[in-house]
Amino acid sequence: MRYLPLTSDDRQAMLGKIGVRHVDDLFKDIPSEFLNPEIDLPRHKTELEVERHLSRMASKNTAAGSVPFFVGAGAYKHHVPSTVDHIIQRGEFLTAYTPYQPEIAQGTLQYIFEFQTQIAQLTGMDVANASMYDGSTATAEAVMMARRVTRKKRAVIAGCVHPHYRAVVETTTQYTDDEVVALDAQPADAQAELQAAIDAIDETTSCVVFQNPGVCGNVLDLTPLAEKAHANKALLIVVVTEVMSLGLITSPGEMGADIVVGEAQSIGNGLNFGGPYLGMFATNQKYVRQMPGRLCGETVDSDGTRGFVLTLSTREQHIRREKATSNICTNSGLCSLAFTIHMSLLGEKGLRKLSKLNHKKAVDVKNAIAAIDGVEVLNSSFFNEFAVRLPKNAADVVEKLASDGVLAGVPFSRLDPNAGHDDVLLIAATETVTDGDIEELVSALKGAVA
Amino acid sequence: MSMNNQGRPTAATDVEAPAEMFEGFSGHKGLRLAEPLIYELGNTQTTGVDIEDFDDFDMEIGGLERTTEIGCAGLAEPDVVRHYTRLSRLNYGIDMGVFPLGSCTMKHNPRLNEKMARLPGIGDIHPLQPQSTVQGALELMEELSHWLMTITNMPAVALSPKAGAHGELCGVMAIRAALEARGDAREVILCPESAHGTNPATAAFCGYKVKSIPGKDNGRVDVEALKEALDDTVAAVMITNPNTCGLFEQEVREIADAVHAAGAFFYCDGANFNAIMGKACPGDLGVDAMHFNLHKTFSTPHGGGGPGSGPVVLSDALKDFAPLPYVVKEADGSLKLHEWKGGEGDKSLGRLTAFHGQMGMYVRALSYMLSHGGDGLKQASEDAVLNANYILASLEDVMSASYEGPCMHEALFDDRFLKDTGVTTLDFAKAMIDEGYHPMTMYFPLVVHGAMLVEPTETESKFNLDQFIRSMRGLAEAAKAGETKRFEGAPYYAPRKRLDETQAARKPVLRYTPPSA
Repeated sequence: MRYLPLTSDDRQAMLGKIGVRHVDDLFKDIPSEFLNPEIDLPRHKTELEVERHLSRMASKNTAAGSVPFFVGAGAYKHHVPSTVDHIIQRGEFLTAYTPYQPEIAQGTLQYIFEFQTQIAQLTGMDVANASMYDGSTATAEAVMMARRVTRKKRAVIAGCVHPHYRAVVETTTQYTDDEVVALDAQPADAQAELQAAIDAIDETTSCVVFQNPGVCGNVLDLTPLAEKAHANKALLIVVVTEVMSLGLITSPGEMGADIVVGEAQSIGNGLNFGGPYLGMFATNQKYVRQMPGRLCGETVDSDGTRGFVLTLSTREQHIRREKATSNICTNSGLCSLAFTIHMSLLGEKGLRKLSKLNHKKAVDVKNAIAAIDGVEVLNSSFFNEFAVRLPKNAADVVEKLASDGVLAGVPFSRLDPNAGHDDVLLIAATETVTDGDIEELVSALKGAVA
Repeated sequence: MSMNNQGRPTAATDVEAPAEMFEGFSGHKGLRLAEPLIYELGNTQTTGVDIEDFDDFDMEIGGLERTTEIGCAGLAEPDVVRHYTRLSRLNYGIDMGVFPLGSCTMKHNPRLNEKMARLPGIGDIHPLQPQSTVQGALELMEELSHWLMTITNMPAVALSPKAGAHGELCGVMAIRAALEARGDAREVILCPESAHGTNPATAAFCGYKVKSIPGKDNGRVDVEALKEALDDTVAAVMITNPNTCGLFEQEVREIADAVHAAGAFFYCDGANFNAIMGKACPGDLGVDAMHFNLHKTFSTPHGGGGPGSGPVVLSDALKDFAPLPYVVKEADGSLKLHEWKGGEGDKSLGRLTAFHGQMGMYVRALSYMLSHGGDGLKQASEDAVLNANYILASLEDVMSASYEGPCMHEALFDDRFLKDTGVTTLDFAKAMIDEGYHPMTMYFPLVVHGAMLVEPTETESKFNLDQFIRSMRGLAEAAKAGETKRFEGAPYYAPRKRLDETQAARKPVLRYTPPSA
């Protein structure tokens, strides 16, 4: 009970001040037949016991850093500088609340302002919000925002969008007015996926959702897609599941995106088995009042000193209630802080180099894999992840390699078992991959596909 | 003159204080820091990381290299450390003192939880690596589920929602899915006037019309009015219990029975579950769905606004509609994630997030639960309620308590005691900053005028509470004695004076732009 400071003497004295005899007198509003139920849970443990208990579970898992590791598909293993985790654990950041009292929350508010700026710059958009739950939920919110902006309902989702993101959009919009048209994944033909998206746009379309790099890794010029969307008064929503790519590739904003959403876990944040992650959401100035989520803005205090506050909250659930732009009332504060610190360490120069190094590693892996008999690389372009077709079921190959101590990638069937691409494997490489890792992957893969 | 051990005077007794403060040259005033933005400190050419060198190579990015400047500023590592350390010092956190935000539940954040979340087998595993390599993680999810189901006496739990409001969405979607499965198209959800704003927003997001249920003078839902509003168009009732006035809905079982008799579902907003864990089970009270805010109830850090985590417990009537993915046990004893709808009988409402939810928060919550045990969770509820009632009892003679006690884990006051003083709730809250405290929740719940909702939580000692009470009493008495100056300019002793929120909204500046642009 090390977290509970009251002594039994304290409790007695306090009950006396309140004027009751027993603590249950304070719970008298709970009908007596429901009060103090029998609950079969273990008694409290010491700190040492808790450490042992949880460490035992953790030790049953294979940590990414302990093996040659090529798993991506929306979550990426990057090196996080020690500084990042050290600073986010400072109690004034870690144990603060939403900055509703701006005079004593300038630390949080200023880093949110810096974060918003960094995301806007990376995506090539005017403004960004203070972050979302993750990339997939941000994508669903973007689809609903496009409906509010265009007053049209039909959302087109390209075949290159991460199948889990597509599933989240479909779940989230199943009871709204949105109609979702999901196009087929075509891992071997990125241009066909782009063309299918262009062809699917008509005057009833609210938005077209396209991922770049696509889930199979292809990097495309989206300008023709933007032109077709805009000619039909539809919005182009670009999804980025690997934020690191924005250091090397032309930004979605420059290609004509109206909303950019995605997953920013790659900068500053660990894998964490899928969460907490960091959703990003950016758009153009004219749509700012339709944007979901929190926003931080600059202002002055009564001395005229610059300061920051949460703003434009009239869009939000605590004011507009059932008319709010979304029901969201949080952001991924600490994850965005980690992002901002890592970005400030990188700077533009470091980010560009790191992004290019990621691409270099992926090119190295691709060249090594392409030389294996029976393995076909499906990409014409890519950033740090690409797709291959194997002569065998990809999930079986991945399991075999895992038993050899190599985590080789994500079988497409894991993302969507119904898509019929059971022989497709997604392989990701980041700056953490070494030449030795590549040798082990190639050797294990050769054995598995032979 | 008093001297320290080096023979230097410890007080400037012989020095005349300046009539006005000195204007400095740095913008800082001692430890009151004026920290520029990273963009004003750094530049695009400086970096604080060393990245492996590599030779030039043929890129394969489809000729789409980014050629325009991005604009992100960098600094060397020591300057980054200083910048963010300085920013941290402009914040108030629970590590610094009492943080009595009602309904937000700011309690001690044990560092053991942080250590556990950073174990390589927890923090450094990928959501899509083979399931045979993450059996311990799935076991952890199973164990957390067991605790959440046991402490609520509910038969199922969905872990994946990423925040409380996301959990509400999950719960209401499960309700809608269950109604549709029986061919019952209902269109209304009832929410009390005092509900969190997320409740009506969530209901609207699931395509429902929202009808308000009035409250009674005792701060509870008007059960008669609720019963009158119940008919075959009502899909669900969403109630927060303990409610946002810090009170337990005594007639909760009657509400549940009426809701079920009308063929509707009972959603309980679990934002305030920390008041009753171990003391009462939502399953016994007739609840069909309730989300937890793991960050509130089980001490995972709020981090300046997230990340949260919002698992939802579900009744037998709703459990088949739980979202994907969830953990199932195979015949051979191994654990497996059910990630896609599988076949005819699968009624899942679908996938709510790309991966499996907030693993980092699961481990923190489980670490907290193991540390408390079933016995400690019950004690924590008792202490949280005791602390809140101690504050209520110690202040009700000088402030105006909105409702008669006892309260649950939070004490609600309103601005009647400030009548004719010229001091508002906002002024009072800002004056608390000068006392060295984070203010309580202001102007919520909306059903009382000038609300002040004080939640001390179980992790405050009697000493801390007594100090806090001294400040609150002092301010209440000062307001009544006409000391308005203390309030109208407050805070005086914060990193910023009162900030102009109107200007921020009228002329939004949402990002840094270089002066030349």
